[in-house]
Amino acid sequence: MTRLGLGLALLGLLAAGAAAAPLVQAWLGHDPFLPDLLARFEPPSRAHPLGTDDLGRDILLRLLHGGRVSLAVALAVALGASGLGTAIGLLAAWAGGWTDAVLMRIADGLLALPSLPLLVVLAAVDTSRIGLPRGEALSDILRIAGILVAFGWVPVARLARAAALAQLGQDYVAAARIAGASEAWLLVRHLLPNIVTPIAVASALSVAGAILAESTLSFLGLGIQPPAPSWGNMLSGAQEMIFSAPLAAVWPGLAILLAVAGCSLVADGVRRRPG
Amino acid sequence: MLRLLAGRLLQIAVTLLLVSALTWLVMGAMPGDPVDLAMLSDPHLTPEDVARMRVLHGMDQPLANRYLAWITAVLRGDFGHSRLFAVPAAQVLWPALGSTLVLLGWSLALSLLLGLALGALGAVRPRAAWLVDAIAILAQSTPTFWLGLLLIILFAVELGWLPAGGAAEAPGPGEALRYLVLPVATLAIVNLAAYARHGQAALQAELGADYVRTARMKGLPERAILWRHAFPNAAIPIVTLLALDAGSLVSGALVTETIFARPGMGKLIYDAIMGNDYNLALLALLLAALVTMLATLAADIAQRLLDPRLAP
Repeated sequence: MTRLGLGLALLGLLAAGAAAAPLVQAWLGHDPFLPDLLARFEPPSRAHPLGTDDLGRDILLRLLHGGRVSLAVALAVALGASGLGTAIGLLAAWAGGWTDAVLMRIADGLLALPSLPLLVVLAAVDTSRIGLPRGEALSDILRIAGILVAFGWVPVARLARAAALAQLGQDYVAAARIAGASEAWLLVRHLLPNIVTPIAVASALSVAGAILAESTLSFLGLGIQPPAPSWGNMLSGAQEMIFSAPLAAVWPGLAILLAVAGCSLVADGVRRRPG
Repeated sequence: MLRLLAGRLLQIAVTLLLVSALTWLVMGAMPGDPVDLAMLSDPHLTPEDVARMRVLHGMDQPLANRYLAWITAVLRGDFGHSRLFAVPAAQVLWPALGSTLVLLGWSLALSLLLGLALGALGAVRPRAAWLVDAIAILAQSTPTFWLGLLLIILFAVELGWLPAGGAAEAPGPGEALRYLVLPVATLAIVNLAAYARHGQAALQAELGADYVRTARMKGLPERAILWRHAFPNAAIPIVTLLALDAGSLVSGALVTETIFARPGMGKLIYDAIMGNDYNLALLALLLAALVTMLATLAADIAQRLLDPRLAP
């Protein structure tokens, strides 16, 4: 199997699991959000295929529901980072001069900084002051995705700019200009389709980074807030019970690993594809 | 070279200034200023006391004025106080920086060694290339905190060979080393992927070059060709990679230190943020950024020294 196929298969499997979460929940008949203190730390069984956690909640169901949250953040970052990055990269390549210099110095600066300490600071900000309530799943997803896009656009923009610069010197651009194409039309209809590959590669890598960063922030208690499950905050819970239920620490990490490996494989596959 | 150095140092200074201003703004939006916190911890405070404290500590001033006052103090070498540890901030910062540099140094050395060995294996034995690829993809997809957790479960909980975290209490290098093993291993495994992949690609490219064919024709043994001729040239992209990766190395140290409860810069930043110790958090963040950018600069200079084509 090719890298692209393997990567897409991994991501598809995880997405299908996340999509099927309500079905599995109906089939198993538990509520993954409701604590059941009589069923704490149960070993894997037919009723609980992966066992239960410290509050007696089914780990498999929480894993699937956590996948919905983690993949939603990843999807939001993918859209945001590739959109913003492409726009900035195209603008820098097209405008040149001062615009280009300023935008690329900002990108250099962001790339040179250690991102995680900054993410920790940003994630600790009280967003309720600007009208985003904390602790609700949707606003948490938006908050984390926003913070990650603020860093994720950089590699996309750099690659988009480099590819666009190479294309701007081509004859077809001059031909389109002579034919009277407006600059916006030229960029969107003629240039963009020719630089899709590097943008896709950079975006896939951005998503891989976003999944890791989201899980790290949630693990540190700054990302998705419990009781909503995410792969990161499930591991944070598992860390506190490594003595009583060491297996609970395995599954969420495995899910993160597969998701990130899937994105990397897709990026690799797209890059190596001939043509 | 001097012009380059001066330009880059200026760029670093500007970046630090911008980061400090932005962070100051962001921290102004965080829940609870120091006076609010004092109010929470002491129920006897009256509203008049609170108002007096705000004036006393300058909290009634606009954000911009407070920032200017803070930055002039820092430039004079006065780093202020840490709320969390109740000592001058500098007294917490320097030992933490030392501990982080020890962790980073060991894990960087180990990941370079392992990564380049893997990369060389993949380049020299094409049939092993898929294995190197698989290891690299697995290593770079593994969340740092999960790997740390698994290592703790295996070596500290199940086997009981190594401490689960913390810092050595008894003096002596042997004891300190025992506490270093798991954090260094965690960080090294996560980082080695990039060196393995880029090392493999660079060595493969060099081994196909004409000068390697000439060396083979002279009858040089393969080992000498690999390590004396191809490797120094392949090292150049690796040094570039080091320059690009300095930021993620420091980020990895933050997570590793938090999991293993190692008193370093990363844990300091995290604890300071969580404990609303704004001054310490900002200083630690700026120090981490400064170290990262200086490391990047050092790698850039090393690259120029290694590659005569880049020298001015």
